[in-house]
Amino acid sequence: MSTDADVHASQPPASDGLVMGKDGMAALVDVLIRRGFTVVGPTARDGAIVLAELRSADELPYGWGVELEAGRYRLRERPDGAAFANAAGPQSWKSFLHPVRVREWSADRVEGELVFTADQDTPPRYAFLGVRPCDLRAIAIQDRVLTGGAYRDSGYEGRRSGALLIVVECTEPGATCFCVSMGTGPAAGPGYDLVMTEVVDEDGHRFWMRSGSQEGAEILAELPTRPADPETRETARAGVTAAADRMGRTMPEADLRELMAGTLDAPRWDDVAGRCLTCGNCTMVCPTCFCTTTEDVTDLTGDHAERWRLWDSCFDLDFSQLHGGPVRASSRSRYRQWMTHKLGTWYDQFGSSGCVGCGRCIVWCPVGIDITEEAAALHDWTQSGTSASASAPEPP
Amino acid sequence: MVTDLGPVIRTRPKLAVWKFASCDGCQLTLLDCEDELLGLTERVRIDHFLEMTPAEGADRERAQLDGRGPYDLSLVEGSITTAEDAERIQHVRRISRYLVTIGACATAGGVQALRNFADVDDFLAAVYARPEYIATLETSTPISAHVPVDFELRGCPIDRRQLIEVITAYLAGRRPQISHHSVCFECKRRGTTCITVAHGTPCLGPVTHAGCGAICPAYGRGCYGCFGPSSKPNLRSMVAQLRHDGMSERDVQRVFRTFNAASPEYAPVPDLAAEERQGPPA
Ligand code: SF4
Ligand code: SF4
Ligand code: SF4
Ligand code: SF4
Repeated sequence: MSTDADVHASQPPASDGLVMGKDGMAALVDVLIRRGFTVVGPTARDGAIVLAELRSADELPYGWGVELEAGRYRLRERPDGAAFANAAGPQSWKSFLHPVRVREWSADRVEGELVFTADQDTPPRYAFLGVRPCDLRAIAIQDRVLTGGAYRDSGYEGRRSGALLIVVECTEPGATCFCVSMGTGPAAGPGYDLVMTEVVDEDGHRFWMRSGSQEGAEILAELPTRPADPETRETARAGVTAAADRMGRTMPEADLRELMAGTLDAPRWDDVAGRCLTCGNCTMVCPTCFCTTTEDVTDLTGDHAERWRLWDSCFDLDFSQLHGGPVRASSRSRYRQWMTHKLGTWYDQFGSSGCVGCGRCIVWCPVGIDITEEAAALHDWTQSGTSASASAPEPP
Repeated sequence: MVTDLGPVIRTRPKLAVWKFASCDGCQLTLLDCEDELLGLTERVRIDHFLEMTPAEGADRERAQLDGRGPYDLSLVEGSITTAEDAERIQHVRRISRYLVTIGACATAGGVQALRNFADVDDFLAAVYARPEYIATLETSTPISAHVPVDFELRGCPIDRRQLIEVITAYLAGRRPQISHHSVCFECKRRGTTCITVAHGTPCLGPVTHAGCGAICPAYGRGCYGCFGPSSKPNLRSMVAQLRHDGMSERDVQRVFRTFNAASPEYAPVPDLAAEERQGPPA
């Protein structure tokens, strides 16, 4: 289920790496800014750890952890002062690589003639600081969706090709995380420029750093570091290994793609439809959901038109609107579209799972609908023996 | 790319703005379109708009002649609460080619539709010294309950950009780009951290029609539904969630009994709120 081969295929061999302190983190942000990057990373704001442009490492969420549950997110102070001992927040990197709103072209009527102008903004060079392993995979998945097929999104390509990815391995998974089930974390997969593992113990607050690209190595060489000592490496590795055993959620032990294909008529879909508000929050926070709609706007003169693209969701009735009405009118069919796409039909379309196990859809669903719980219920149904009788296809 | 369109033929359609039972806030949104107003008057002839007409003089008299139509585009604000208005809306419809209702009063009956849930005579007796001077209907009803409506624009008040979009779309002969999904879409697109999830603040966003740009959550306040219900809202689940977020049964009933109180989608709310108190049926 890996799409690794699609992105950044060649990784230099991992070395023992280097170690740096908080001063190294401060230097890292400075070096990135000096090299012309727009640095984006986590920062505590409005009661959450959000992604925002950083001007200094002081803005990192030092001393902030999170408490996660279905439909619930709370910041918690951490006495150890760690910056990355928390899990995925409300946004993902798609907010920057695949932005909410993009103008594609504009058109003007000039002396009776229509002149089209493609929008060719020069994207900033982003440095993403603190990409979680699940989100690293999510970026690889969006690479495949948006640039890996016959129709390439040149805007995405432009933003993505210049982006520097600095991954942080997870040592403090949230109660809604299930990257282990999806094979995406908590250790970093390939595709990063730099990877770091944060360690806070009696020997101090430090980061174990390794580079994964030439550019990453060059940046690392500019930072105040020392060779990684075996203790730091061991503590860091142990922290990541322990995190794998502390996942808050798991997917059922089953072939999820088959599970989705075989349960299209399960009564569970009615049950979840009774709870689902079709508000679309789950798709908006999902780091792999890519769907957009277009809006053609004209101004009052009638001489100027623009085409905009903006995030859409399969929970929107207009999403499947054809002449005569929406194809997916019921909330049952809309929730089912979302979940079967994430876990099943994504394989047919793009050769991988569309879910990386970040848990965002669980946390940010206002009524706490949990994709792992729904998958487990569907799995139970297939085991219960009642599923065989319900074979007649139902209308959507 | 260049396409020859030939000569542009333009007429200036005639616009009228009508008021029924309302506070004037929605029609004032038109005057609020400061940057677009001059451009607008180049494209349409504003023929009837009392809020934009001097209080005295010939213009005033001309504007008050309701029979002057026909108008190409009529913007109708307000609900129907009197027998005279029930007559007048028929007349407005007859002299309007394209009729757009603007705001919660015109599209859902407004806050004055609270009378629909009580005895209007009790209100009259409580409020007016001489209730016999007041001639009013038992109910406040949306314009669509009386005449066919070509487009309904939601909000209390309406959103300025959406009003311009409706007029621009009309001029271009296309469908207005107005979404019927939830406020949550706009909230997420705006990048706001969900206040229900992050702070436990009750919010009607998931069942409320988009259009405002998710203003309230951006300022830390729960959406209170001034744009009315989104398409196919799941009120059972929403009511359960509001109760879970700490709203009392009475508060839940009241939060849906505001500007869009008479929206048919909200009708089951009192029962749902009571059900929540007793626990869901087995
Ligand atoms: S489906 Fe949910 S858990 Fe999976 S990647 Fe999307 S938001 Fe994360
Ligand atoms: S789950 Fe829905 S919004 Fe997400 S990618 Fe699939 S169709 Fe699009
Ligand atoms: S699953 Fe939750 S977040 Fe997604 S549409 Fe339904 S209620 Fe909204
Ligand atoms: S704050 Fe309200 S409108 Fe915004 S996402 Fe949360 S529930 Fe929806």
